This record gives sequence, C-alpha cells and structure tokens, in this order.
Amino acid sequence: MHRGKGMKFVGDSRVPAERKPNIPKDYSEYPGKTEAFWPNFLLREWMVGAVFLIGFLVLTVAHPAPLERIADPTDSGYIPLPDWYFLFLYQLLKYEFAAGQYTVVGAVLMPGVAFGALLLVPWLDSGKERRPLKRPIASGLMMLGVASIIFLTWESVDEHDWEAAAQQGEIVDDVEVDETAEGYEIYQSQESCIGCHGGDMLGGAAGPNIFESDYDKDAVMDIIINGADGMPADQFEGSDEELETLAEFIANDGQDPNGDDE
Amino acid sequence: MLQKVYDWVDERLDITPLWRDIADHEVPEHVNPAHHFSAFVYCFGGLTFFVVVIQILSGMFLTMYYVPDIIHAYESVYYLQNEVTHGLIVRGMHHWGASLVIVMMFLHTLRVFFTGSYKKPRELNWVVGVLLFFVILGLGFTGYLLPWDMKAYFATVVGLEIAESAPVIGGFARTLLAGGEIIGAQTLARFFAIHVFFLPGALLGLLGAHFFMIRKQGISGPL
Repeated sequence: MHRGKGMKFVGDSRVPAERKPNIPKDYSEYPGKTEAFWPNFLLREWMVGAVFLIGFLVLTVAHPAPLERIADPTDSGYIPLPDWYFLFLYQLLKYEFAAGQYTVVGAVLMPGVAFGALLLVPWLDSGKERRPLKRPIASGLMMLGVASIIFLTWESVDEHDWEAAAQQGEIVDDVEVDETAEGYEIYQSQESCIGCHGGDMLGGAAGPNIFESDYDKDAVMDIIINGADGMPADQFEGSDEELETLAEFIANDGQDPNGDDE
Repeated sequence: MLQKVYDWVDERLDITPLWRDIADHEVPEHVNPAHHFSAFVYCFGGLTFFVVVIQILSGMFLTMYYVPDIIHAYESVYYLQNEVTHGLIVRGMHHWGASLVIVMMFLHTLRVFFTGSYKKPRELNWVVGVLLFFVILGLGFTGYLLPWDMKAYFATVVGLEIAESAPVIGGFARTLLAGGEIIGAQTLARFFAIHVFFLPGALLGLLGAHFFMIRKQGISGPL
C-alpha cells in the first residue's frame, strides 16, 4: 500500500485516488490442484446447491408440515413429544437414575457435562496429532457420545405410541348439523337419545359424538334397534318411518338427505 | 454499464480491496470434491449455511401471515397452510429446514472433530461453532411452540419443566422464558421475540465471527 508523501485522495476524503486493479490472485504456485473460490469453485458449488434445493423442495411437497389441533391446555391426557432432535434428552429423563429425585442428573448434569466437554474440546484434547486413530481417547469419547445419542433417540422412537400420538392431536372437524332437517326434529323428540348423546348430537355424558363413526343407514338403524357396546337396545319411540328418516339423517353426517346443499 | 457503476462507486469508496478480501481465496485440493470425492465431507458446513439462508428467507415470508397471539396464532398458521397460495411450501420449507439444519450441523461438527481441525490455532472458531450449535437448538425449541397446536404446547410445557429443574437459575430461567406462572399468551409472545429477534441476532453475529476466522486462518490442511 502506498503511504506517506505524494498520496492523492478523492476530494477531501480519505479514499486514495490511485485505483487497485480488480484481478484475482494467481494460484498456480499453490500446492496441489488449488483453485480460486471465485468464480470457479463457487459455480460448481452452486450446481450442487441447486440439486440439493430440488431434493429439499420435493421433500417439502411430498410431506407437508404437520399441524395438530389448536392447543388445549386443559387436556391433561395428552402425551407430549418434542421435536426429534430433542428426543434423546427426553428419553434420558425416563430412566430411574435420571428421573424423580434425580431429575437434576438427567436434565442438567449429564447434558451439561456432555455439552460443556464439547465446548472445551480444543483444551481437553490439546495434542498436536490430528488423525482420529492417533488420539483414541478423544475419538472414542466422541463415538460414545454419538452412539448414546443415537441409542437414546432410537429407544424414544421405539417406546412412543405413534398411532395414539397421531390420534390425540388430530384436527376435529366441526360438524354443522342441519337443524331444519326432518331427522333433526325426530332426534329432538327422543329423550333417551339426548340423554346420552346430548342435545347437539355431538356427544354427552355417556355417549360419543354421533357423527364420529362412519356408518351407513342400515348400520345406524341396526344400532338404534339392537344397541351397541354400552348403548341399550330398543330406546327409539316412534314409527318405523321416523326411525328410517333419522338413520338416513345420521348416516348423511347431519345433513338433510333430501335437501339441496346450501 | 455495470462496470461504469462499479468504477464510480469504487472511486468514491475504494471497494475493490473489500471485494477481493471476500471473493479471493483459494480452495485447496484436499477439500475439493472435484479432485477427491471423499472431500464431500467438507461441504457440510457450506450446506448448513445454505439451509440457514433458506430458514431466514422462508421465516421472513412466514411472518407476513403469522400472528404471535394465542387466539390467532393457530388460525394464522392454519390459514397459511390451507388457504394461502404456496403457503404449504413456505411453511414446509421452514419446518423441514429446521430438521435439515440440525442434521447438517451435526455432520459438520463430526467432520471438524474427526479431522482434528479444532486444534491450534483454530480453538476459538470451534468454540464459536459450538455456540452456534446451541443457538440453533434454541431456535428449534422456541420455533416449535409458535404454531400453538397440541404438540407445540405440551412439548413446551415439558421443556420449561426441564429448565425449571436446573439448580439455582432454574426458576429464573423458567420465568424469563414463560413470562409468568402459566404457559400462555405471555409465553408465546416471548418465544416469538426470542425466535425472531434475539436468537437470529446472536446467530448472525456468531456466523460473522465464524466466517471471519475461517477467512483469516484458512481451512485446515490435509491430514
């Protein structure tokens, strides 16, 4: 860099008037087949990046991000599950030596020691040797750490009831019952139905949401006449025609089977 | 034309040395997969950064719809997911990118460890890298709550219980994160602030330090 007397500046600024040529360094004297990052290597890197991005987008389109139903803090039966990369910590807290009165061991002490050691690796392994096989203690401990993370994650995935988990978070469709339908009127006249399934047909003290299961008309009639598990038989009071209308209404998810879709 | 614009700016601000510092560095043979295929392990760091950039961009677009509020958070995510054109893709990219960045970062950490690249004079860069690891885990943890659905809520309840079990600072950490006794509106607002302002700020600062040190020291030599 030019310094001292004879320097010219742009106006009254401190930017030197003399321009530095914008040419890349010559790497031909560097060892091996060294090449310039810009633009040679970056171009190729971009091509790899593009392929990576395409794969990533395919994943995104093939597997939409999951969304469960809106948070309900009062649902105490929900089995919580963190994202997969925290599963190993979550699993650790299930073991006796790291749970209950020893929670501090599993929640703070063990991860603290592991991550603290990771942070201080350059001072714990301060020898000059870089090859992993020439520093067996460091490599061994790292392998142990990786293996235990994989093991704990595996155990956690294995123990988790994925079907129950998918079910407990499902978005429940709001059923809009057509209250002008004939079937609805018939339902409202049946004390015994309302007693268990509620006035809105969406379930009550003793019975489930009527529209929860997909039955066709005949199956619904069969259940009303003969009962089902926990549901008593022969509770319907009315004519066979009314029964048929009600069953049709229920099988049609609470919409009037004869009405037009509005 | 472009050259003239460049020259005009360069004359006034002397940007050429700056540009040469950024663009001009060598790629040694032992890290170049074009010469040794096994050198693809040296790509993990760059791919981590690539996914981080995807996360920042997709996250910026998500905030155009997202509302950090317990009544509207879920509705806004649901709307984005089901109604907005390509909303599914934007949210999908952010969701899967979060997992991918952790995978890539993990592989990058293993590569640096097993090639002994953290040894003198690169100790500080390793420390900054591990701090980046923590920041990204923190981003994963805080981002998980934001959709405000069942799994988000209950995972956060468990996470805060774990934070509370820490001796001495446990109660303080929990209050700081949850913003009060109950996990609710205040918690969501705080997690949003941490996820969108505090941690990305720390992330960008640490990334700057990470890259500055790589450029200053160069990549570690062959084994």
